[in-house]
Amino acid sequence: MTTMANRNPAGNAEASTSGVEPTLTGIQNITFAKALTLAMSDAMAADASVLVFGEDVGTLGGVFRVTDGLTRTFGEERCFDTPLAESGIIGMATGMAINGMKPVVEMQFDAFAYPAFEQITSHVAKMGNRTRGAVRLPMVIRIPYAGGIGGVEHHCDSSEAYYVHTPGLTVLTPSTVSDAYSMLRDAIASPDPVIFLEPKKLYFSKDTVDLDALRARYDGANGVPSSIGKAVIAREGTDATLIAYGPSVAAALAAAETAANEGHSLQVIDVRSLVPFDDETVSAAVRSTGRAIVIAEAPGFASMAAEIVARVQERCFHSLAAPVLRVTGFDIPYPAPRLEKYYLPGVDRILDAVDQLQWEQS
Amino acid sequence: MTNHPENVGDGAHPGQAEDYLLPSGTPVQLITPAGTLAPTGGFKEQYVFPQSDSLRQGYERLVVGRRVNEQAGALVRQGRMAVYPSSYGQEACQVAADMCLRASDWLFPTYRDTVAVLGRGVAPMEAFESLRGDWHSGFDPNQYNTGLPTTPLATQLLHAVGVAHAAKLRGEDTVVLALCGDGATSEGDFHEALNFAAVFHVPVVFLIQNNQYAISVPLIHQSVAPSLAHKAVGYGMPGERVDGNDLAALLAVLGHAVERARDGGGPSLVEAHTYRMEAHTNADDATRYRSAEEVAQWVPKDPLLRLQKYLADAGLLGAADTERFAAAAEQLAKTIRDGLNTETAPDPAELFKYVYSEPTAQLREQAHMLADELAASQPLQGAPS
Repeated sequence: MTTMANRNPAGNAEASTSGVEPTLTGIQNITFAKALTLAMSDAMAADASVLVFGEDVGTLGGVFRVTDGLTRTFGEERCFDTPLAESGIIGMATGMAINGMKPVVEMQFDAFAYPAFEQITSHVAKMGNRTRGAVRLPMVIRIPYAGGIGGVEHHCDSSEAYYVHTPGLTVLTPSTVSDAYSMLRDAIASPDPVIFLEPKKLYFSKDTVDLDALRARYDGANGVPSSIGKAVIAREGTDATLIAYGPSVAAALAAAETAANEGHSLQVIDVRSLVPFDDETVSAAVRSTGRAIVIAEAPGFASMAAEIVARVQERCFHSLAAPVLRVTGFDIPYPAPRLEKYYLPGVDRILDAVDQLQWEQS
Repeated sequence: MTNHPENVGDGAHPGQAEDYLLPSGTPVQLITPAGTLAPTGGFKEQYVFPQSDSLRQGYERLVVGRRVNEQAGALVRQGRMAVYPSSYGQEACQVAADMCLRASDWLFPTYRDTVAVLGRGVAPMEAFESLRGDWHSGFDPNQYNTGLPTTPLATQLLHAVGVAHAAKLRGEDTVVLALCGDGATSEGDFHEALNFAAVFHVPVVFLIQNNQYAISVPLIHQSVAPSLAHKAVGYGMPGERVDGNDLAALLAVLGHAVERARDGGGPSLVEAHTYRMEAHTNADDATRYRSAEEVAQWVPKDPLLRLQKYLADAGLLGAADTERFAAAAEQLAKTIRDGLNTETAPDPAELFKYVYSEPTAQLREQAHMLADELAASQPLQGAPS
């Protein structure tokens, strides 16, 4: 313990200029990234067993600055850089979680998490089942994912299918500033391991939120049900349901806005919790409109979108006026920056799908 | 948290830090295969010869461990277990690992370390539950401070680092001893675990049981390093090699490494030279890749033979002791035999129960589906037969 106090070379602690403001309260216009930082900061303040570590998360504050100021606020024992080795990060986090800690670790980019795949799928996901519940691993694996930022290769993968296909993992992906805070708090509070997918193109989007109200859910007196397993209706509508998550929610909302001008009232569901999946909310929504389109950035083949379509068809068949469609990425490796606009599911492609929902029969 | 250079060479080891990290020129041996005292000196440390009581206790554990291997081998041939990876001939490494740890310390075993798991106090039927095929493990790691025997090679080494790191952050004096084999040293997680342990300066002792084979592949195809212990140098931690069939040497070397870790000296790497006398598992045919002559060379190096000879010659092992140790071994063998001969009925409802802390709606649905299937397959109560 004493070695840590001596570790930081003089000056490094001051290198970070914009840290966590512990006094940030009330109604604030903050970024998605800042909401995530506050979620970690508040969880760390509330529980000494919450630790944050990964590559460049300490002094630098993360390549997206999501951990900015945590080392300065909580010290190098609570938020620290690791050697550059993703399996090592997840494997060490597993041991720490076995021994009473609640690690919140960062994989720097979606595709850089793949070296940790064995630890995640063979140990993190299975430990609770393997030990008949004796050892739960209360850890959060934060992964910036998906594209839309002009990133180079290996920086824009939508890798959710690998995780949702692995029993034992909870897989969450927020799409609003408010959810960025609440869902990360919920993930940290969960006794089960959580893959927390952060749409990186939303990091610097801003919204005005009431931090006091957000925090009140976690102060012990105002228990509100967790967001885990709960989809939300992001926009009301009556003619068709757009089902989206993470980075695709904005595209769905934009499409619904345009469609409203063209005479279609489109409902938008933000799935938020990929696993556990909220069949109840999604099915009820689709039954109410009779038409549905699933929108996701990942390649469509054998994808989360494919799973949602199958579940909706199974549960809502007799309410459907048209086949459930998908608007997804193509089945290709994520394209180079100058080609990504052809790949990403956007408003036009969504509205083309809306036109195919057999309106002539209604 | 980092391992500062000053932690590497401590005042007691003048000269280049790298020299101190290197293992001894030959594997540390204190008792020869003939049961005589080995020539002293020439090793990197002044190792302390174990107390007589430790050696007697160790010998009893070896006798018990050997019986466990024999009994498990017999039971797997009778079909009472799905699989058994035998550690016949390498029991001394596991016994020494257990003996160097306190109950509050942690052990991370591999799938071949059933003897070590039993030595940690894990109830026999809990230790054998996965091998009989009823569940993927049978015990709570936190109850025994013992990790689950891990099948994916080297992955447990990182868990060991994490457990040690957590303990260090809380200011506890826990030491973690992590076992792996020679094949595991080729895995990426071996590298990451040793590097993390060194960088975070955590109290982990890595023990490679070099039994010369990874299933069929001999060591020469895994590594051309001067020795596996030399790998320690690259991580900035001390390495040592030891005769893995000499319990006295193992107790001395591991005991030194464990206490060094407990005193804040950081991690170290020990390579124990031993030999897998039997096939990889009952499903393997070792005659396809090694000769009977090669195996025969290791028979006289057996860890039990030499310690028995040494203790008997020193007047530390009477007929009553031998009888008592054999009785203890037989008692455990009987417990294992009776346990595995008792029919069990794994509960299919458990399949859904533990995947998450609370089963998801989807898993509850699937559990009902299976329950309905099972109910439908039962003959109806009172129906004419």
